[in-house]
Amino acid sequence: MHDIHTIDPVSRIEGHAKITLHLDDAGSVADARFHVTEFRGFEDFCRGRPVAEMPGLTARTCGICPVSHLIASAKAVDAIHAIVAPPAARAQRQLANLGQIIQSHVLSFFHLSAPDLLLGMDADPATRNVFGLMQAEPELVRRGIRLRQFGQEVIAAVAGERIHGKGIVPGGVAEPFTTDKRDAIRAGLDEALTAGTDTWQLLDGIVDGFRREIGVFGDFPTLYLAHCQPDGTWEHIDGKLRVVDAQGGLVVDQLDPADYRDHLGEAANPDSYLKSPYWKALVPDDDPRPGMYRVGPLARINVADRFGTPIADELLTAFRDRVGRVVSSAFHYHAARVLEVIASIELIGRLLDDPVLYEPQVRAQAGINARRGVGASEAPRGTLFHDYEVDGDGLVTGVNLIIATGQNELAMNRTILEIAREYVDGPQLTDGVLNRVEAGIRAYDPCLSCSTHALGQMPMALELLDPHGQLVSEVHRH
Amino acid sequence: MSLTPPRPGGPRPNVPVILDGEEVLAFDGETILDLARRLGSPIPTLCYLDGLSVHGGCRLCVVEVNGDNRLPLACATPVSSEMDIRTDTSSLRDHRRRVIELLFAEGNHICASCVSSGACELQDLAAENDVDHIHYALEFPRIDVDATHPKYVLDRERCVLCTRCVRVCDEVEGAHVWDIAQRGSQSTLVAELGKPWGDATSCTWCGKCVLVCPTGALSFKGRSTGEMRHDPDVIAFLARLRDEGEWIDREEPAP
Repeated sequence: MHDIHTIDPVSRIEGHAKITLHLDDAGSVADARFHVTEFRGFEDFCRGRPVAEMPGLTARTCGICPVSHLIASAKAVDAIHAIVAPPAARAQRQLANLGQIIQSHVLSFFHLSAPDLLLGMDADPATRNVFGLMQAEPELVRRGIRLRQFGQEVIAAVAGERIHGKGIVPGGVAEPFTTDKRDAIRAGLDEALTAGTDTWQLLDGIVDGFRREIGVFGDFPTLYLAHCQPDGTWEHIDGKLRVVDAQGGLVVDQLDPADYRDHLGEAANPDSYLKSPYWKALVPDDDPRPGMYRVGPLARINVADRFGTPIADELLTAFRDRVGRVVSSAFHYHAARVLEVIASIELIGRLLDDPVLYEPQVRAQAGINARRGVGASEAPRGTLFHDYEVDGDGLVTGVNLIIATGQNELAMNRTILEIAREYVDGPQLTDGVLNRVEAGIRAYDPCLSCSTHALGQMPMALELLDPHGQLVSEVHRH
Repeated sequence: MSLTPPRPGGPRPNVPVILDGEEVLAFDGETILDLARRLGSPIPTLCYLDGLSVHGGCRLCVVEVNGDNRLPLACATPVSSEMDIRTDTSSLRDHRRRVIELLFAEGNHICASCVSSGACELQDLAAENDVDHIHYALEFPRIDVDATHPKYVLDRERCVLCTRCVRVCDEVEGAHVWDIAQRGSQSTLVAELGKPWGDATSCTWCGKCVLVCPTGALSFKGRSTGEMRHDPDVIAFLARLRDEGEWIDREEPAP
């Protein structure tokens, strides 16, 4: 009997998708695929628009991390204007991006993944969700919500709104920063930092219970790509890229994001709207899989030597003493996320103390000075590229967006394959198996809304297919 | 030609009419719109703009008079004695909603990414008139943006053909760059009989068309989402100053 299992929908991720597990004639898992099933076509309908509209237009891709798109897009338009945003504007953009990282990571950890981590992978699915967690650990969930709110308020201070803000614009930001906003954010700093470090203690206390998952959740060598300062300090918005291998060896350092095409290829998939970016140098033929690289929190802490903030660095050092300098298990994305939340809170405090943040000059004006511009930043889920081409009047003629989740696609496929091989035993899927496959995906915190340019509701499914592609059984979860 | 609305024809109103059930007195020659605005009875308008000639094209300011189902335009109809005017009935509200829906249906009015979101009269009209759905098939026109002008952008997908820009350029600036070409659903705003705006030599770059545009069709180049702010009221101010000869007959103030 050869089967294909389908998990459909995969739940508790941002958006919805489908997983298929392909069994061979012997009943062993031969392949696993993560399918994104909807198409949005953003790159097409941006064409012909005035380039100054692009930050607002691309940020509407999704309400989950609009700030990341605003920033990458504004930087791409800055490149087309051939200007550098004033220092105060750059400081405000940093502030908003840190707020975005906090709120997104906290949502991923508390709302989406904590039910697996705290209630157990084999807990009843009816209660293994944020509502079940509220019953079991009300104080913990409350702190998570408060911490996410802190991140949202930092965003609102810069962007004007928590979700679809307008404050980040081509050339800089819309308004100078005020001391009233500073005071409001400062009032929440201590509580946020305590919540962050307590979350770290919590994760630290339970991680030993997941030894088996850590071993199979994407624990394989890949390249890691992220922004990084020249001296090895963690970076999230400006500067250049660093790529390291699974041993931490430098592959490329201080790569200009504008030159991404020299190193990154993009493979289209026959069974998913998610494209698979790959590292060109490792791909000799049509198969992109040898060029697998990972982005996001885990990649950023593998690439960087330090955060450059005292508390996060102390915890990072202790973490590395335990698991090593370069961490390959995708399970540790959770740890990387919590560390980044703590570092972001510390960096926000530092930015608020910097007089540059309050300078009144916040916007540079210019016309069309270059026909192409690339903007890149670290979105919560990884490096985000916006690449625009314009005509002489500033109308967009070409758009390419490379999204974090897409860059992790090859690694996510490999992760679910390894989990399925470890846990699937015979043609019947148990709920615990199903959930581990989902949890393996969830560790990457994939966000399908912009990575696939998808439309509307996306429930996720798991299908079981035989070697001829015939559907044998399927499971839907909404 | 005078650019300001007709002055009330007498020191005090003396034309008896009924406005929404109330007996009131109108000035001789006053339009229904002026009367209603003077007495605080709001009638929605879109193409009408103080300081410009009356176009009467948007059909939003229609009212009911003497129960007749031919709906006169409040902006273009002078009051006459014994008129029984209703400005806000359920059928008028229904009519206005349909007009607004049709405006949305024939353009691409995507507030979420529009430069004029938050400062758009079409957006305001939709909100004030309870337009929360479009009951017509959307046209989704694909019309190229004209960004050839160094300072301004024309996005015809957002144009509601109110002709404010046509009138202000002709009547106030005196340049007459703009016209409406074609007819019916093909109607389109053109500069100098169909040139790219940047090639229109009669354009003085004054920007009044951009200031009076009720939507995001005309905007300052480089504005991002929600950043455009129009200023249509400046035209009434300019028209009044011109009518009063401010720039021609201004006398030096007495020492």
